[in-house]
Amino acid sequence: MASVKKLEFKILNPEMIKKMSVAKITKTELYDQEGYPVEGGLMDPRLGVVDPGLRCRTCGGFIDTCQGHFGHLELTKPVIHVHYAKFIYNVLKATCRECGRVLLDEADKKELKESKSVSLKSTLSRVKKKCPYCGVEQKKIKFLKPYTIIEDGEMLNPQQIRERLEKIPDEDLEFLGIGEGNRPEWLVLTILPIPPVTVRPSITLETGERSEDDLTHKLVDIVRINQRLRENIELGAPDFIIQDLWELLQYHIATYFDNEISGVPPARHRSGRVLKTLAQRLKSKEGRFRGNLIGKRVNFSARSVISPDPMIDIDEVGVPEIVAKELTIPVRVNENNIEELRKLVLNGPNKWPGANYVIRPDGRRKRITELNKEEIAKELEPGYIVERHLQDGDITIFNRQPSLHRMSMMAHKARIMPYKTFRLNLCVCPPYNADFDGDEMNLHVPQTEEAQTEAMFLAAVPKHIRSPRFSGPIIGAHKDHITGLYLLTYGERMFSRKEAVQSLRSIGYEGEIPKKKEFSGKEIFSFLLPKDLNIEYKAAICVGCDKCKKEKCKYDAYVVIKNGKLIKGTIDEKSVAPEKGILLDKIEAKYGSVFAKKFLDQVNRLSIEVVTMEGVSVSTADYDLPDNVMRDVEKILKDTEKKVNQLIEGYKKGKLQLLVGRTPEETVETLIKTELSQALNKIADLVGDYVKPSYTVIMAKSGARGSMVNFVQTAACIGQETIQGKRIATGYYKRTLPHFKKGDMSLESKGFVFRGYKQGLKPFEFFFDAMNSREGLMDKGVKTRHSGYLERRLIGALQDLKVEYDMTVRDSAGKIIQFIPGGDGLDPSKISEGEMDVTKIADEIFSK
Amino acid sequence: MSQKSQMKYSVSDLLPRRVWNEIERVSKERKLTESQKKKLIEEVIKHYSKAFFEPGEAIGIIAAQSISEPATQMTMRTYHFAGSAGIQVTLGLPRMIEIFDAKKEPETPMMTIYLKKEYNDIRHAKKLADEIKERNLQFYATDIRLDLENFQIKIRLKDGIKKSVLDTILTSLQKKFKEAKVRIRGSVLTLEFPSDTDFKKLQKIKKVILYTHVSGISGIKNVIVRKEGDDWVINTLGSNLSEILKLKEVDVKRTKTNNIHETEKVLGIEAARNVIIQEAMSTLQQQGLNVDIRHILLVADAMTFSGRVKAVGRYGVAGSKASVLARAAFEETIKHLTKAALKAEVDEFKGIFENVMVGQVVPAGTGMVELVATFGRGEHGSRKED
Repeated sequence: MASVKKLEFKILNPEMIKKMSVAKITKTELYDQEGYPVEGGLMDPRLGVVDPGLRCRTCGGFIDTCQGHFGHLELTKPVIHVHYAKFIYNVLKATCRECGRVLLDEADKKELKESKSVSLKSTLSRVKKKCPYCGVEQKKIKFLKPYTIIEDGEMLNPQQIRERLEKIPDEDLEFLGIGEGNRPEWLVLTILPIPPVTVRPSITLETGERSEDDLTHKLVDIVRINQRLRENIELGAPDFIIQDLWELLQYHIATYFDNEISGVPPARHRSGRVLKTLAQRLKSKEGRFRGNLIGKRVNFSARSVISPDPMIDIDEVGVPEIVAKELTIPVRVNENNIEELRKLVLNGPNKWPGANYVIRPDGRRKRITELNKEEIAKELEPGYIVERHLQDGDITIFNRQPSLHRMSMMAHKARIMPYKTFRLNLCVCPPYNADFDGDEMNLHVPQTEEAQTEAMFLAAVPKHIRSPRFSGPIIGAHKDHITGLYLLTYGERMFSRKEAVQSLRSIGYEGEIPKKKEFSGKEIFSFLLPKDLNIEYKAAICVGCDKCKKEKCKYDAYVVIKNGKLIKGTIDEKSVAPEKGILLDKIEAKYGSVFAKKFLDQVNRLSIEVVTMEGVSVSTADYDLPDNVMRDVEKILKDTEKKVNQLIEGYKKGKLQLLVGRTPEETVETLIKTELSQALNKIADLVGDYVKPSYTVIMAKSGARGSMVNFVQTAACIGQETIQGKRIATGYYKRTLPHFKKGDMSLESKGFVFRGYKQGLKPFEFFFDAMNSREGLMDKGVKTRHSGYLERRLIGALQDLKVEYDMTVRDSAGKIIQFIPGGDGLDPSKISEGEMDVTKIADEIFSK
Repeated sequence: MSQKSQMKYSVSDLLPRRVWNEIERVSKERKLTESQKKKLIEEVIKHYSKAFFEPGEAIGIIAAQSISEPATQMTMRTYHFAGSAGIQVTLGLPRMIEIFDAKKEPETPMMTIYLKKEYNDIRHAKKLADEIKERNLQFYATDIRLDLENFQIKIRLKDGIKKSVLDTILTSLQKKFKEAKVRIRGSVLTLEFPSDTDFKKLQKIKKVILYTHVSGISGIKNVIVRKEGDDWVINTLGSNLSEILKLKEVDVKRTKTNNIHETEKVLGIEAARNVIIQEAMSTLQQQGLNVDIRHILLVADAMTFSGRVKAVGRYGVAGSKASVLARAAFEETIKHLTKAALKAEVDEFKGIFENVMVGQVVPAGTGMVELVATFGRGEHGSRKED
């Protein structure tokens, strides 16, 4: 296959431009009266074709075979290239005005060469005032943005500049930072290449009117001024007129290259719109580089709203039938699949599973329609390619933006379903960071076998259960799954045989179920575990006693699994949740990703089954606290307020014992803060102790959703509202709101909310709460921008680093960044958190 | 030696010393026999070679993603008190950006000073802390007045200033304003300038005179003494590593600053690399985000491998890449293209982005290998590039 091996960058020289050119542009008109393009005009037919059906006058190609050809315009007077104006100035400064040699003596040259610091910058720092070769005194040269060079108060015109540049000998060029094969005088344009019309196609409007591209507009200006300048010179017009026109030509050519030069008014369209010229086409996010070369548009993709489906596997994606009928996979016909493919062809494009196109061995594509499908089916033989509809089990790549990490694009197996949304399993929400409040996702279908296999082996969901970020599972059961598992495994809850069998069989458990009348939840869960699994750890409901009693934990928070049997402990967040699941981590590490996927699927369905059986529901009554608890809470708050008031009084009287290195203001704020957090902790403990059991509490404690902090804030007391980590600052003169006295530092006026959400807030409490949440919103907006840019920069810096066959990390230039990747060579996506655990390995091999 | 054992040898050679030490520790702890230990080593090597990076892995992209994905979850809240009575430091995303930008001066420069064993007690710590804290004249002055009639600047000083301090004030002022006569009478400090001094100049002097450095180490704006485990530690706001390291009480080995460039200048590039790693890791950990240290290591290595600290961004690592096209696609498209033309640069298409641009297979991962299939000796036998 042909490939691009290298790309050389050079400065176009006049001869080259002439050589490339197929047409000399001389006329300012684009079209004649009949509407045909004028020969020698900017839309010269020799420059290529943009209209369908026409042939190129130069190469004879059609619109899709002719890429267009360059023309050229001979400039009446030379003009400086804007992007090199500063460089030209520096070159003039570094070379003699008479003989053109670099203003360095031989000793300097030798020294620079030896120290390998030959550059324009180092040359400029050593420039002599007198030419070491011809002895001419140098004059002071000034640069005036954007493209004026002044010598001793007199402006140098491009012609003079060019003459000077021409004098510079080739062997001096390296000291000016000019690469081999380039000449500095080429930076002063004498001849302008005219891009082919394919670069600046004109659009025909419905009215038959032609609308030209911005570049064409700009080129028309250039040709026109060029013409006028020539006429005026020929007529022998006065110098100042010629000077003005020359300046104008310079302006037009400068804005043709770049229409955003500072200090130059941008060229505008007749309507007043700023023209998009060459530099603008390439630049920035929507420019050619970032918009079209790095990011490309693709076929065989679909986008839709997503919705959850707990009954499909985690590596599946539900694809709507109408999408499946659009997305196709090319399949080559052979003896074994011909009957099957014939059936698909017979189904046609409108009935799933069918086919949309066939490609004959000669490469001709034929669309299958209702009318010709029988005919095509008959014609089918080995060697044909059928573009069939997407079917169950096909590999697709599923993606949700922003694609922050590689788990944002994973390979799922398609599963064709009714309705119009993409369905996905809830366990894969965390890596995509997806929810179902209207999120949309993209689906891509790899077309070749090579791509499909690669997606299947490298991008498949099971391969990404373990995140390379922290070496732990990023896919896992969460939310209701955790609630379900908690309800199933907490304590010694018994289930009838009917319940047990129903839930196990419904999740696809195929093993034997012993003949027992009753099963404990722990026994049911144990059916999913491999028989040789041994592990012990603390669950999320662990309250953190001073001394862990391990198996004898009275909260059932110490998980013990022996030989695949859950003996003690509750399965909750710490076992299977993404980023936290210890059990899941162990299973993935020991039994591989495929088993882990199966385990997750079963856990997922079992927990949903339990939740459904149980009928989990929440109520606002969950947040009601007994009267005595409410009284206690109030008492704590009163005491705290009293203490805080004492502190404030102490501060106002100046009697406060200062903290080291703090001002009195800082000291009092810090002390109040600690006082408040202590009070809130007390309240949280109190509420935690006396709360009546409910699903709300179960969710918070097991880590399914919400936290005890949320609970306390709703039921008892919200606490201090903060802005930028401080109590609400005084926005009015010496007070936060006009309802308070000036200088008031009390809890109430500084944004402490005494009530919980359920009891309702006072107006200013509500206001402070709104302030706090507003800060959160603003923060979020700023943060996403900043972290997005950080990612772009990190990718920009590290994109080419890869592990080579010699196990070094190198960049694209072959420079070694690390001798062993990551310092120890361990791939974080292949190990359990941290590093090699020799103790564990020893446990494994010597425990038997 | 057979090929198989040779392979084993090479992998065990790669096994980091840390793991070897672990093996030693475990086998001692469990009193393993020689053969058991051998088995353990074999098993560890098996695990190790399984978990090794595969050639072609785009490790840079993974590191970049692994760092910036959790960055979305970081708080923007800039300040936080480090420790209960510590110093305000920049944290979260802003600090992260600061580290990777390799800013010349962090927003909140900070030092952690450890003390040598013989000085490691509260008395010495407090004394040293007091000594190094930068104090200028303002600290000792209560009032300043300009007497234009007599060309004098009069500064009223606080009561109870030690004689030695007064002497340093006198000498440092005299050094700074050589033309003036400096004297102290009671609690009033007088500077008498020659009578031909310009009034405007006097006004100016009045403005700056209070900032005259008197004692302490310049740059150390605040100090806090803290106990950290068994050690007494001095945290400082402001940083001046080279001066601090000269003090005899300071434990040179452990004392550090959060200023990357300063560390590079004083202690060298390896130390700067460690500062990047430590600072980045602690910023992430402080936010409760879990990121494998290997990713940070890679970024730190990419920033420092050239021997000088380079920022992540257009003026650093990304701006000094070999490929013109990759640079042009990153930032400052026009600048890179015009420069490349001038210098007659050549893009070799060895990186990722360049190949994406022209629609070629990327030279990483599975794109790094080329499949040469040999079907017998038939016509397909020698399909190879070039």
